[in-house]
Amino acid sequence: MTAVLRAQGLGKKYGRRWALSDCDLEVPPGRVVGLVGPNGAGKSTFLNLAVGMLAPSAGEIEVLGTRPTGRRAQRAKVGFVGQDTPTYAALSVADHLRLGAHLNPGWDAALADDRVDRLGLDPRQRAGRLSGGQRAQLALTLGIAKRPELLLLDEPVASLDPLARREFLQDLMGAVADQQLSVVLSSHLVSDVERACDYLVVLVDSRVQVAGDIENLLATHHRLTGPRRDPAKLPAEQLVVSESHTDRQSTFLVRTDAPILDPAWEVSQLGLEDLVLAYMGRSAEQRNPSRSRPTLEALR
Amino acid sequence: MIWLTWRQLRGSAAVVLGALALAVLALAVTGPQLADILRVSGTDFFDRLGTDGTKKAVFYLGTAAAYAVPAVVGAFWGAPLVAREVEAGTHRLVWNQSITRTRWLATKLGLAGLGAVVAGSIGLVVTWWCHPLDEAVGRGYTDNGPFSVPRLWPELFGSRGIVPIGMTVLALAVGVTVGLLVRRTVAAMAVTLAVVVAVQIATPVLVQSHLLAPERLTTTITATNLRGIQMAGEPGAADPRIGRVEVAVDQPGAWVTQNRTVDPDGKVVEFLPAWAEDCAPAPGTSPDTAVACFTRLAEEGYRQQVEYLPASRFWALQWMETGVLLGLALGLVGFCFWRIRRDLT
Amino acid sequence: MIEFHLDGRSGVSPYLQLVQQVRRALRLGLLSKGDQLPTVKDVVGQLAINPNTVLKAYRELEHDGLVAARPGVGTFVTRTLTDNTLAAHGPLRLSLQQWLAKARRAGLDDESIEALFLATFRSAVSEETA
Repeated sequence: MTAVLRAQGLGKKYGRRWALSDCDLEVPPGRVVGLVGPNGAGKSTFLNLAVGMLAPSAGEIEVLGTRPTGRRAQRAKVGFVGQDTPTYAALSVADHLRLGAHLNPGWDAALADDRVDRLGLDPRQRAGRLSGGQRAQLALTLGIAKRPELLLLDEPVASLDPLARREFLQDLMGAVADQQLSVVLSSHLVSDVERACDYLVVLVDSRVQVAGDIENLLATHHRLTGPRRDPAKLPAEQLVVSESHTDRQSTFLVRTDAPILDPAWEVSQLGLEDLVLAYMGRSAEQRNPSRSRPTLEALR
Repeated sequence: MIWLTWRQLRGSAAVVLGALALAVLALAVTGPQLADILRVSGTDFFDRLGTDGTKKAVFYLGTAAAYAVPAVVGAFWGAPLVAREVEAGTHRLVWNQSITRTRWLATKLGLAGLGAVVAGSIGLVVTWWCHPLDEAVGRGYTDNGPFSVPRLWPELFGSRGIVPIGMTVLALAVGVTVGLLVRRTVAAMAVTLAVVVAVQIATPVLVQSHLLAPERLTTTITATNLRGIQMAGEPGAADPRIGRVEVAVDQPGAWVTQNRTVDPDGKVVEFLPAWAEDCAPAPGTSPDTAVACFTRLAEEGYRQQVEYLPASRFWALQWMETGVLLGLALGLVGFCFWRIRRDLT
Repeated sequence: MIEFHLDGRSGVSPYLQLVQQVRRALRLGLLSKGDQLPTVKDVVGQLAINPNTVLKAYRELEHDGLVAARPGVGTFVTRTLTDNTLAAHGPLRLSLQQWLAKARRAGLDDESIEALFLATFRSAVSEETA
């Protein structure tokens, strides 16, 4: 099966600032991808590139095998729920469904009506009068009822209270189970997406820091604690993500596929949040290994 | 998409078209009365009309409406068309339905453009209403009031015929373009309003007077065809001189664009010779003095050059000016289609 | 029918938690042969977790021969874990209680008891597997 999303050397420049650079990514189908990173890391830029709202400044991106050109056929296969889940304030809930039916050839009216019914939305209510959670649900309904193959969501839960956040994710996951969608959703909090996602992309400072299957990431990252040691003396296949030292003790967070055999280390597993925070907390030099850690790069 | 566009536009469309409908009603009721008055009157037509306050009000209303429509359509239909969507972020919603941006914009522009044509047709209604006036002007009737101003004159030209349609469509295109560039509704409306008014002011100077080659007429200045003399310098000064002479042409309803004096070499005269002061009618001088003066002017080779568009060119000029305005609108629309396909988040 | 719950702080991956909960229910007799497990959509809608997580858990249970999926209908229990050891639970619990009382008398607090038990349990397991 081909990747639902593939980026190669993808970059986007606003003026002289790169909002996204050197982005290489391949997302297999059928996944729920969490795109995680601090605000301003380039998450929105990436998603907007993926739906063709922006054109790349460098490299290329393919969505469902074609470049996001905005053609009608591709539009129908990709759903997008934008940041702050925009809706037409003056239009009613029913008007929104009508809009969706008019603008999408594959519109699933039964699904849309059923969802609105189940969510307890009053069809005559104007979207401007809905709560943030209801508006997000309405936007999600529009995104789902067009029956896309890939659904992209830009910080869909950021502005929701915890209950609405949970309901939104429950609902989204239900749709994923029902429709075999591939989903990419961005968030600046890992905890938001931890349960919902099975694939993680960490974006910091306009660059992809790490990407992969979550279970695989958890299985290959370890925290090593032991007597103080120079990171250069670690085995070559152990890639240091972060390190901290006291005068006697060293703590490393390493990524390696091989088992850790050195008996001097106490090895512990990481939670997803720890793992992401380790990548986010890296200093600028560490994030660009090609510049500051040539030895490591050569060894890999 | 047509449904959505209609749903979004219907409010402001109702307001504008409703107001126009009222104006059309007023014109429709009073129009036939004008024709009746013309039928029963002769040269006193304008005198009879001059006392009719209602007709004058309707005349001003119609003219004002024809001039206001472009600005209103540009600011209230054009500017928010894209700007409101971008401002509210709803373009991200609608562009991610299964519709291309080009189609989205085309539908919006198409429907709003249709509305603009309908709204701009107020100019045709005004033209119909004013038809008796224009006919009276054509017969050479005149007075000093607004009713007898020829429709070719820049003051009225833009409110008659099909030019309001062209101007309204252009204003719509200006509004959409500004909205796309400014991306904020209120600011876009203000800028659009300013631009449209500026275009309306500039059109007579920059467009209207350059479209058709005028008729030329060279004539001697006589006491009978003299229509005005402009004295240079302070009146009663030691050496008042004649700076400008205008003569009348026997072309009722014509738009005179040039009316100047040339010397025997064909050069434009800035000041007539000092003795020409006698030509100016002044209290206490015998008319013979003036006649002698005009004869001398003619003998010394001074001629008056007049350029004008005859009343018969009205529709030709209307079509050409409308064409220019629509051409500009098309250019802006082209830009919008180009811009909409570029980055917009 | 059972209801799943997830402990976010346990460090155990969500799919494994689901597997363990089914196994525990089977062991304690809460689920018996023929019972239906919640559908993937139900679990997902309730816990807001990824459907693949649930699918993976059910696949593992299927692989262990505990459940079988009937396409279009659901996943059903095919075997229980309430084997003959259930009878041994009572005496074992009794001796464990006696041991606990002994530990308390020796002055061990809850934390120490737990640490001692786990350490012994783990070393015993590693000796067995070694």
